Amino acid sequence: MLDSIIFYFFASVAILSAALMVTRRNAIHSAIFLITTLLATAGIFLQLRAEFIFIAQIILYVGGIMVLFVFVIMLVRLDVALHQIQFAKQKWVSLIVALVLFMQVTVMLWASRRLPGAGLPEAAPVDKLQPNSEALAHSLFGAYLLPFEIASVLLLVAMVGAVVMAKKRTEPK
Amino acid sequence: MMPIGHYLFLSLALFLIGTIGVITRRNVIIVLMSIELILNAVNINLVAFSRIFGDVAGQVFALFIIADAAAEAAVGLGIIIAFFRNRETILADEMDLLKW
Repeated sequence: MLDSIIFYFFASVAILSAALMVTRRNAIHSAIFLITTLLATAGIFLQLRAEFIFIAQIILYVGGIMVLFVFVIMLVRLDVALHQIQFAKQKWVSLIVALVLFMQVTVMLWASRRLPGAGLPEAAPVDKLQPNSEALAHSLFGAYLLPFEIASVLLLVAMVGAVVMAKKRTEPK
Repeated sequence: MMPIGHYLFLSLALFLIGTIGVITRRNVIIVLMSIELILNAVNINLVAFSRIFGDVAGQVFALFIIADAAAEAAVGLGIIIAFFRNRETILADEMDLLKW
């Protein structure tokens, strides 16, 4: 009972603020609503007992990535863009794409119930992944050590690339 | 734990809203934010399946996706700043340098 109340609260907050994020005129408002969506998603992660992802979501997404977005929104002059048309002409295309995607996933979920041995499984016991950080660390530094190192290289490359692209170009003398 | 269909449809709804944002918005920064929303929707799926199968691999992949999102945001915002410095615009349909 309490579980479902928490889920529906966070889910409705997430969907509502995501819809607001896509439709707002001011980019700062969009960023604020995206932060609300990400926090609500963090609540869903906590309800799923994924405590480490919950903390990583708040620290990395809300504390890191969104601050970067807000910085760039403030660096880029937006008051001209505010008075222009906000939506491109593909409104109907996007609605059709969304409808087709929705139909695809719904039909696939509905059809997957008929597969032998498929269907939606019962949940594993709650304490199987507890303590969460420890289980995650065993997996991350054991079976997934190579992807972990590759991710660190990826972050280094992205950091260097971002600095190179954003810095002011000076003419060679 | 709710039945897993609830999580799948929450994730689907966020994914579709993000898709609509990517296709329709003209402001490139908001397009990038919609991409972040899509990545986040996928994370919900991964964590929900990780919980239901009792396998921690889904959460590891969610962590990798968060790291990817950070890298992608940094590079994307760098491109936006460089482009704004050259062309004084951040509207997607005015970025037509490569259009023939």
